[in-house]
Amino acid sequence: MNTFYFIAFLSIFFSILVITAKNPVHSILYLILTFFTFTIHYILLNAQFLAIVNFIVYMGAILVLFLYTLMLINLNKESEPAKSNLVKIAGVIGGCCFLVTIIASLKALGASPAVVLKDPSLGLVKNLGKVLFNEYLLPFEISSVLLLSAMVGAVLLATKEPKTT
Amino acid sequence: MELTDIIVKFILVFIIFAISLVIAMYSTYAERKIAAFFQDRIGPNRAGPWGILQPLADGGKMFLKEEIIPTNASAFLFIAGPSLAIMTACIGSAVIPWGQKLTIGSHVIDLQVADINVGVLYIFGVVSLGVYGVMIGGWASNNKYSLLGAIRAASQNISYEISMGLSIIALLMVTGTLSLRQIAEQQHSWHWNILYQPLGFLLFIICAFAETNRTPFDLPECETELVGGYHTEYSSMKLGFYLFSEYINMFISSAVMATLYWGGYNYPGMDWVLAHTGPAIGPLIGTAVLFAKIFLFIFFFMWVRWTIPRFRYDQLMDLGWKILIPLAIANIVITGIVITLIK
Amino acid sequence: MEPLSNKRKVIEQKPLNFLERAYLPAIVQGLAITMKHFFRKPVTISYPEEKREFSENFRGMHSLKRDEDGRERCTACGLCALSCPAEAITMIAAERKPGEENLYREEKYAAVYEINMLRCIFCGLCEEACPKEAIYLDGDIVPADYLRKDLIYGKDKLVEAPLNQKISFIPLPNSF
Repeated sequence: MNTFYFIAFLSIFFSILVITAKNPVHSILYLILTFFTFTIHYILLNAQFLAIVNFIVYMGAILVLFLYTLMLINLNKESEPAKSNLVKIAGVIGGCCFLVTIIASLKALGASPAVVLKDPSLGLVKNLGKVLFNEYLLPFEISSVLLLSAMVGAVLLATKEPKTT
Repeated sequence: MELTDIIVKFILVFIIFAISLVIAMYSTYAERKIAAFFQDRIGPNRAGPWGILQPLADGGKMFLKEEIIPTNASAFLFIAGPSLAIMTACIGSAVIPWGQKLTIGSHVIDLQVADINVGVLYIFGVVSLGVYGVMIGGWASNNKYSLLGAIRAASQNISYEISMGLSIIALLMVTGTLSLRQIAEQQHSWHWNILYQPLGFLLFIICAFAETNRTPFDLPECETELVGGYHTEYSSMKLGFYLFSEYINMFISSAVMATLYWGGYNYPGMDWVLAHTGPAIGPLIGTAVLFAKIFLFIFFFMWVRWTIPRFRYDQLMDLGWKILIPLAIANIVITGIVITLIK
Repeated sequence: MEPLSNKRKVIEQKPLNFLERAYLPAIVQGLAITMKHFFRKPVTISYPEEKREFSENFRGMHSLKRDEDGRERCTACGLCALSCPAEAITMIAAERKPGEENLYREEKYAAVYEINMLRCIFCGLCEEACPKEAIYLDGDIVPADYLRKDLIYGKDKLVEAPLNQKISFIPLPNSF
């Protein structure tokens, strides 16, 4: 349990650093660390497959692409759009409203009892695969089709239309 | 876990680290010597007999050189880059089974640091993490050439990771497990996976070349275009760490290839040898066989380096996206069809 | 244009066939070629220990010659210095004193004879200009040194050893 609190503290700490870091590249690096703590959370939950997939896909691929684009577009002080005071005040009010809503909803709902998994080894590859490809086959396939259509859409957007003359 | 087990694991980790560092050191020597032989030269021969102490001399030089951190570089990340590179290079060895279980007296020693059931994916994750060392170092140098090298490294690694993953999927369809220990055990005697997955191995080795930034895919450190690539600004042992991590990566990927495709510690006639030497020595022969395979692969890496010129950047991307990925998908489909037909 | 010689060769570019496009056979061929070289004898000559034989007309370090009786041949006429395109040679002449006939052949001799090895281009014009056959570039390669002043060679290094004690007077540096 102590490990959980330590890791949870680290996750929150790094995610605060993500939004407070001045340099966008530093911000991405903190985001990588945040995702790394998420991986540890998954391992603590005995969800090895999810942990390693989070590790590969988020840390290894998506954030590399984030870093890649950020390195290329060269963000600095000059290119930052000027923020008026009005926007800042609106932001603070909006944030406070969100906080109040969260606290209120927590109070209204109260703490839920801890969820106990019936099968603690559900997160292992074999069990997860069996569940995914038997019980949840349809949602799984639908989501894969969704991803495929997103990919095709991206390709269509990226390729230039042939000139119609 | 008992205390003795922890101590044994600790010693094992220590030995593996020591071995990978020594192999990395002597890979630099081997690289120069092999390059010399391929070019009808002699190679380093001044430090010690046949130049055998050359890596020590190089190491001493690296440690004693002046450390330079460029004024406008971000100092923390500048140091974090090479540290991350060598760390990710080293941790890959944790899941590789170095041999069968060793029995000394009543003790059973597992020659593998951690037998996790997602071993292949772990290797894959570590490999995908390896690019951060290069990217952070290249960006922190605050130098155009370094940044270009870093960007090339990132795009190259991501592109080739995809076909690497797809080529592994076909292998996993054959083996039915993600644990490297089980994959190694399935290839008992001569049933090596290379017999079932020749195309997969070809794709995998090409991707391994790209992932370790070795020639013909060493564009991140392309001297003719980018001065030194991502390590242009690095000096002394920080540069040494980058070079070291490349050689350790080569060693680990050779070990992975040997384990996944070339039978790992298995060799024909191993049962006979095991029965005649006993459970304390027999597995060590298997380990020796594994290391022989690893050295062959390292030699192959060097052989290719001194044979093939570097790819052009668009050729690299064409090869990765238009040839390797379709081939890998075709390989998966063919493997699937064959498995269904056999069943 | 009409070809002037018949050496021109028209190259036709055929589209690559499948094996050529697959690139792998070419790689295997290349690997075979490098492997052939792997087992070939190295062509290196490890220099300070082994030396390649010089050709007959090799021009190395200068030596000031002695005649059959062991007397220096040079008469300090200055023709070598005059002919030197790099102006590497300087000398100071002196008159032979009575009793020195066994040392110098002519009545005038070079008291100081210096060649700046950093300037010398080893063209051999001094050799050709010398009327007394006193200077020849028949030595070894001039060794490197750390200081410029040490590369201005005086008579101590240039004059041939006396006849009765022939030694090689170009010491090789111990450290290489």
